[in-house]
Amino acid sequence: MTPAIAAIGLGPYLVVSAALLVLGVFGIFLNRKNVIIILMSMELILLSANLNFVAFSSAHADLSGQIMVLFVLTIAAAEAAIGLAIVTVYFRNRGSIQVEDVTMMKG
Amino acid sequence: MQTDLHLFAVAILLPLAGAAVAGLGGRLMGDAVAKIITLGCMAIATLCGVGALYGGWSAGFAPRAVALADWVNAGGFHATWTLRFDTLSVTMTAMVLCVSLLVHCYSLGYMSHETMPTYRFFSYLSLFTFAMLMLVSSNDLIQLFFGWEGVGLASYLLIGYWYDRPSATAAAIKAFVVNRVADLFFIVGIGLIYVLFHTVQYDQIFAAVPQVLGAYYPLFGTAFSMIEVICFLLFVGAMGKSAQLFFHTWLPDAMEGPTPVSALIHAATMVTAGVFLMARMSPLLEFAPQTRLFVIFIGATTCFFAATVGMVQPDIKRTIAYSTCSQLGYMFAAVGVGAYQASVFHLTTHAFFKALLFLGAGSVIHAVHDEQNMFRMGGLWKKLPLTYAVMWIGSLALAGVFPFAGYWSKDAILNALWASGSGMSQYAWVLGTITAFITAFYSWRLLFLVFHGAPADAHLRDAAHESPAAMTVPLVLLAIGAVVAGVALAPFYIGPKQELFWDGAIFNAPANTIMETLENVPALIALLPSIAGLAGIALAYVFYVASPALPASMARSFGPVYRFLLNKWYFDEIYTVIFVRPYAAIARALWKEGDEGAVEGLPRDLVRATATGAAEAVKLQTGSIAIYAFTMLAGLVVLLTVALCG
Amino acid sequence: MIPQLVFYVFATVLLVSATMVITARNPVHSVLFLILGFFNAAGLFLVAGAEFLAMLLVIVYVGAVAVLFLFVVMMLDIDFTQMREGFQRYAPIGACVGGILFVELIMALGNWKMAPDTGLAPLSGAPGLTNTAALGTLIYTHYVLLFQACGLVLLVAMIGAIVLTLRQTNTGRRQNISKQHARTREDTLELVDLPLGENVLGNGGFLRPHNSYYEIAVPGSYGSGGQTEADEREKGA
Repeated sequence: MTPAIAAIGLGPYLVVSAALLVLGVFGIFLNRKNVIIILMSMELILLSANLNFVAFSSAHADLSGQIMVLFVLTIAAAEAAIGLAIVTVYFRNRGSIQVEDVTMMKG
Repeated sequence: MQTDLHLFAVAILLPLAGAAVAGLGGRLMGDAVAKIITLGCMAIATLCGVGALYGGWSAGFAPRAVALADWVNAGGFHATWTLRFDTLSVTMTAMVLCVSLLVHCYSLGYMSHETMPTYRFFSYLSLFTFAMLMLVSSNDLIQLFFGWEGVGLASYLLIGYWYDRPSATAAAIKAFVVNRVADLFFIVGIGLIYVLFHTVQYDQIFAAVPQVLGAYYPLFGTAFSMIEVICFLLFVGAMGKSAQLFFHTWLPDAMEGPTPVSALIHAATMVTAGVFLMARMSPLLEFAPQTRLFVIFIGATTCFFAATVGMVQPDIKRTIAYSTCSQLGYMFAAVGVGAYQASVFHLTTHAFFKALLFLGAGSVIHAVHDEQNMFRMGGLWKKLPLTYAVMWIGSLALAGVFPFAGYWSKDAILNALWASGSGMSQYAWVLGTITAFITAFYSWRLLFLVFHGAPADAHLRDAAHESPAAMTVPLVLLAIGAVVAGVALAPFYIGPKQELFWDGAIFNAPANTIMETLENVPALIALLPSIAGLAGIALAYVFYVASPALPASMARSFGPVYRFLLNKWYFDEIYTVIFVRPYAAIARALWKEGDEGAVEGLPRDLVRATATGAAEAVKLQTGSIAIYAFTMLAGLVVLLTVALCG
Repeated sequence: MIPQLVFYVFATVLLVSATMVITARNPVHSVLFLILGFFNAAGLFLVAGAEFLAMLLVIVYVGAVAVLFLFVVMMLDIDFTQMREGFQRYAPIGACVGGILFVELIMALGNWKMAPDTGLAPLSGAPGLTNTAALGTLIYTHYVLLFQACGLVLLVAMIGAIVLTLRQTNTGRRQNISKQHARTREDTLELVDLPLGENVLGNGGFLRPHNSYYEIAVPGSYGSGGQTEADEREKGA
């Protein structure tokens, strides 16, 4: 069966993907709340990339885009796990995960 | 003959052995053994030296050489350790060894009251002797320069022997540095000789002189004769070593050393090395008339200058030091007119009576327990009869009274100055005669102040005692030399037998007939130096015995002149302002700004710059994740922009 | 018509929930909105025909990663009443930069041309297979090495997470295996004749011999304190 993307076209998908990217990027540096928001914004960015891949894969009937999404998903999961582990340990040691308090790398 | 050569070699090398053994092993062996070894080596060496002289005289003095070893063999440059056996070398060797032996013997007594071990002193004395002998027996300029520097080194070591005295160490450095400045010219001269002759061996140089007479040296736009330039440079080197005008400032200060050192080095031997150099280089010097005029000028002016300063000095040793300076001026003046033989003759006689005067002064100083100010001495003749007698003999020889040694040599020089026609030599003759007057004046001033009159410190006089035998025997021997050396040696050095005697060691150009013409001066002129000498003695009697208040009142009335003379014509002060202060300022600037500022500052500032730069760069690491993320984003946008629009 | 409608619904909700993720005050709300966003993204994937990936998104991303976020957010005692809004400081320049980024993306979108040779050799698997099966035929043949590498990455991530957060307390007993194996009967067993009416505790306690229990433990873990500890415990018991 032909995917419904034939009816919609590639453009809208790419716009959505771009918007998601920008939102994710905004989320990284506009947030002052805590570090977990940054991690979640990263997930959004990765999601936008995935969406892009899937759109193109569907448009060209080329499955390698979807395989790429598989790998991106894997890496995103691994990175989320590690990032959260770091946040946990940091909170254990410092007691706060406010973005402004995470300055241990200050030179 | 072979034996003379062997004796000659032994005579020269034994002092080195003595110096080495005493110097290196003196601490272990102890003073007594060191003294025995050095004295023994010197005695044997002296016997060998005199034997070589005698053998050479009987066999004829044709120049021969004892090759010891090769030294430098680089490209075309060839230098060897060779001992040249000709008249000049052998006579100088014998003279140096005799005086050195007597000084060694004298030092046994003089240095007996030292608290620190004295093996070092005897080792240095023997080392000096070796270096001087190397100088006079050299067969090429490089060995001569080795000896030249060696005697400078020994002089430095000996002047600063009492190294815990700052004045002594300063004087030692002054002597060395002033010599060094002059040696710079000397070595440039040697370099030019090599450039011109492509060799530094005497025989080859002297043989090649006629061929290079026309060589020119362009300097500051004018072309000077190469021989003139070379001789001028060599003379400047001699000026330093022999304490001539402008390079003389080290000699009075050198009196900081023990008196035997002053007698040996700064009277008889080292300071005469310059005169020796001029005599040795006579084949070159004969063809450099302009330089010889300059030599006459410097010699005569030094002679006069030193005498005027010497006549107001209160220190006994400094008086005699200025006297040395003055007599060296005579010798150079003689060299300048081409009478090298007379110059070397005066050198030899001067060695005897000046060493005698110095050792006598040392005896006086020893007697009054190291008091050196003549105005504090007085009335010592009863207590020190032997010293008094030999000082009289030495002074008579110095003043040139017939028939003492100085008469023959000094009169020969003054006659030569008169007989040589040029205006410069006339100038020199006038100054020389005036100086003869002043010389006699200050010599008797010394005698009267020290031995006659009422002592300033009676206690000093009462405590005085005659010196031990170790000191008086050399005095007596030197006194004998001062009496007879002139009469005995005059026929050989400047008299009828001189051709046979010198046998080519000193070269006179065919036009140079000064040695004959000096015999034919008018009788009045020949008598004038003696008259001047006697007048000087009379004036000294008037000033210091008849009316002792006269010198002080003269000093007061001629205050500025007196101070001018007392302060040595202000040479030291002028040199301080012109050379020492700017040099010290430059050294300080190089130290502070150069060494500490740039050389140390470069790595230090580099480190500081790196650290500061890093500290500034570190401020980039705010640690704030938000800023990092934002920076990453901004970088991404920039990259995208470049990719899209680039 | 229907596909467009479905697409726009999903897209709108996705974008709205993404905005809420970054602007929600309560971090738990952020996570929940993230989950909502993932669901809608899965929907978009479905519309595009990638059903395996859509399900994978739901299972892995929502079921594992977002839940993990939720766990961490709830575990860390974040006092969200104290949280500060920091928009104002960075807002202008951030808006600029973000705007530029968006514009550039649109530019790229508008001007891109397909390279002539893409799409010539699409990997589509055998025709007639479902999406899952088609993916399967590709992963395990063409991309098997990358697939294994992903497995390794996940392994490393797991180890890394454990290493980072593991707290070493001595409530766990670790044994020194070689000492454990080297124990002999004499080290562990001792037959004691108890007189009638007495119990073990008064006759030296259960542990026979007295040291073996403690020697086995790795120092630093439970039970390696030594004799005194054991005696206290036994005496107290």
